[in-house]
Amino acid sequence: MGHPEIYPLVLTTKTQEIFNCRVDEDVTEEQPYKLIKKEDIFADFANRAAVSDFYPVKKIVQEYPGDELLLVYDRDFKYGLNFYLIGTEEGKENYLNPPELPEEQEEYKDHIPEETYIYKPPISKPWVSLGSEKEIEEESVKESTKQITYMISRKRSEFGAPIKFSDQNASSVKDAYIECTAYPDKNFTLKQLERDVGMQVVPQIKETSTQTRWTCPKNATTQYYPREFLEEEKEALGQSKTLTEFLNSVCTSVEIALQQNEIMNTFIHDWKCLAEEEGTFGDKTDTHLKEYQSFTDLHSLTEKMITCVSWHPVIYGLIAVSVAVRLSFEERVHFSGKLLLQPSLILFWSFSDPIHPQLMLESPDDIFCFQFCPTDPNIIAGGCINGQVVMWDITAHADRIENIKAGGSRSKKVTLKPMFLLEPESNKEEMYIRHCAVSSIESGHRKVITDIHWLPDTFEINRLGNVFENRSGISCQLVTCSADCTICFWDIRPQKAVTPQPQAEKKKEESIEIPFDIPSTFLHLDLSWKPLSKIRLSKGETTLDHCPTKLSLSEDNLLYKAQEKILAQSKAVKAGEMNPYQNLENALSNILKPIDDFCTKFFVGTEEGEVIYTDWKMERDPETGRFMTKKPVSLYTVHDGAVHTVQRSPFYKDIILTVGGWNVAIWKEGIMTGPLLQSCCAPKRYTSGHWSLTRPGVFYIGREDGYIDIWDLLEKTHEPAQSQNICITMIMYIKPWTFSAKQQFIAIADYYGTLHILEIPWTLSHPSTNEVSSISHYFEREVKHLEYVEQRKNIREQERREMELELEKKKVKTFQKSKEQLEAELKMDYESYLELEKNILSNLGLTKVKDSKSYMELI
Amino acid sequence: MPNLITLKPRISANQGIPSIPIRTTLDNSTTVQYAGLLHQLTVKAKSTVRDIDPQNDLTFLRIRSKKHEIMVAPDKEYLLIVIQNPCE
Repeated sequence: MGHPEIYPLVLTTKTQEIFNCRVDEDVTEEQPYKLIKKEDIFADFANRAAVSDFYPVKKIVQEYPGDELLLVYDRDFKYGLNFYLIGTEEGKENYLNPPELPEEQEEYKDHIPEETYIYKPPISKPWVSLGSEKEIEEESVKESTKQITYMISRKRSEFGAPIKFSDQNASSVKDAYIECTAYPDKNFTLKQLERDVGMQVVPQIKETSTQTRWTCPKNATTQYYPREFLEEEKEALGQSKTLTEFLNSVCTSVEIALQQNEIMNTFIHDWKCLAEEEGTFGDKTDTHLKEYQSFTDLHSLTEKMITCVSWHPVIYGLIAVSVAVRLSFEERVHFSGKLLLQPSLILFWSFSDPIHPQLMLESPDDIFCFQFCPTDPNIIAGGCINGQVVMWDITAHADRIENIKAGGSRSKKVTLKPMFLLEPESNKEEMYIRHCAVSSIESGHRKVITDIHWLPDTFEINRLGNVFENRSGISCQLVTCSADCTICFWDIRPQKAVTPQPQAEKKKEESIEIPFDIPSTFLHLDLSWKPLSKIRLSKGETTLDHCPTKLSLSEDNLLYKAQEKILAQSKAVKAGEMNPYQNLENALSNILKPIDDFCTKFFVGTEEGEVIYTDWKMERDPETGRFMTKKPVSLYTVHDGAVHTVQRSPFYKDIILTVGGWNVAIWKEGIMTGPLLQSCCAPKRYTSGHWSLTRPGVFYIGREDGYIDIWDLLEKTHEPAQSQNICITMIMYIKPWTFSAKQQFIAIADYYGTLHILEIPWTLSHPSTNEVSSISHYFEREVKHLEYVEQRKNIREQERREMELELEKKKVKTFQKSKEQLEAELKMDYESYLELEKNILSNLGLTKVKDSKSYMELI
Repeated sequence: MPNLITLKPRISANQGIPSIPIRTTLDNSTTVQYAGLLHQLTVKAKSTVRDIDPQNDLTFLRIRSKKHEIMVAPDKEYLLIVIQNPCE
């Protein structure tokens, strides 16, 4: 819009008609303008006055110098409206003329690109002001006022003199300064109309105190008792009719409530019952036995192996181990001289001292099995390799081993000293404890004693195997089995029957000086001890007998539960009573009552791998009149090697585990058809086994390559649940023991004489809920399975018989068939013979035959 | 499962007088304690039931605790209290 002379206009069609500038008729693209006379516009003004479209530009028209005004049709609405008027002559001229120039310029422009560009140096042009000098003026700093200058001069006399400057307070001198004091200006005071405030309501608290005046202090007490009816009143009320009515009415609802309680126990906490375990100690995933400690006797001269292991029933951390020389029979004979010099020992190890054994029990020969007495842990019975039964009494040293846990008086030197720098003799003397009794050599066993058990203190046996009540309250009888195929029962009390001969022998022995440190508990037995009864396991007519290796009596698991009993008993002893073992003679005088229907049967495992279930009661042999042992009830050869473990489960009285050879078998007492579970042959020989003490379905088996197999009947019944390596050599004995709910140890003895103590992890020691019932269900299922197998056997037998009968029948039929065939053949033969006869006769010239024949031919 | 039964009357004349045991299988002191406490509770329960619905009435009251279950059968004059141990 740089053209001030242009005035845009709107022209209606009427106006366009009047001025002959109709769109697209008079005014077109080529000629968009029209020259309009001034007079015409004035005439229009006169005619239409304000209505005229030219009215807005009236003034311009009036002032227009020329005669004709240029009106241009604004086709593109360049100036906003459809027409525009050019108000000046120059503009008119410009409009009419310049349209030519752009055309020229356009032509000109077309020509230029053909030519080469000529460099035109910049020509200086006059500076055109665009307003920037104003900005610069504003920014520049100028002096607004003329600066005042002061010239200060001193008196000439004072030139060069020192100057003294000093401070002066401005307010002290009048008009020394001018200040601008602040004053409150009313224009600037603000009235606060809104305020943000927080409030909290607090109860009003008032504290007051008063004190009463106790005018007359006097002590007073009151006592009350509840009102009660007198007896007669009670009776009267009890008989009253209203009471009976009330009771009748109320009875039913009370009964319903009681019944409800009976039906369902409302006090069960379901959430708690759902939980499996309350809290586990240790890692749940950890299922390995952890090595806790290991004991080796380093002072021994020859290589020893451990034959039997037993934990002390009462004292924590004490374990007894019997060691024997690791030689075969021939080697033993060869080295017999050397062996005599070395004592055969039972070593007591404690957790506190891994190097030095606490006690050493000496025996005449290598011990192959021993056991603590269940009623008195200071009495130990052991079986020797030569067939003797050895007894120890360590009551005198009991206090020493009891204090082991507390540290004791022993020196804490754990350093191992070489052999020649052994501890002083006096110390060693103390530790050796000699046995106090051995059995008689002639009347005992002839070969190595393989197993020894104390009979529980609930019953005792007499010569004939009859069971009696045990009044003495102590275990006083032993049972041993040995490789000479006998099982002997021993009584530790002095025998009643005393013949003069034994007396003489006794006197002889009395003359022998007894060392002072041996207690005289079993002096009566020493060297004259005979078994109460002997049972020979014979195999019938043959001379070969069964060679028992291990026994299991019906109440064998006593030892594990003996802890509480022993503690109670030891307390009783300490209360002042005399140790019953000191007065064994008194025990015999009781008249005993026989116990009826006591199970006198027991399990025996033999060298050949058989498991025998037999009776120890003697019966009268009808022929000879003597008492003979009964024949075994059942016999099974299940194992391929010697049976070395026959053990009852600590949870079920009638489940027995037998381990031998290359497999394991579980039996149930009373089921005569076979074992409940018999494992398949393992790759390595099984050399020891033991039930777990806390989990009914778990048992540990030791192998000959030093591995221990842990079986879990709830997990797998065909192979061990896990296997762990303990040592490099054969495992001789396994014995687990529970000290507390958290700590359970397992003692594993190996062939090289090392005793390993391992800790059983929580998963193996803690039973899951209902494990006992699950395992018993499993055994019941196995029993049913065995019964089913038996039934199937019978069915199969029947089937077999039927099949055989059928076969026979078939044979008979064919026989008959052939007979018929024969007859038919004979008949044919006969007929053919008849024919032949006829032919011959006819050939011979018998006409009758011919006629008949021709007759027959006709027919 | 021991079942302990006590029978008590109530002197219907006055509300303020606590109930007195007639017959019991417990020892005296316990009986008296139970009688007094349970009587008050029964009255309160009865009034509660009545307040909610005046035409309603308390027929039986059963209190189950961790150790026992106490059952109270009220009547116009008498009160029967049974204490039961849970069955295990």
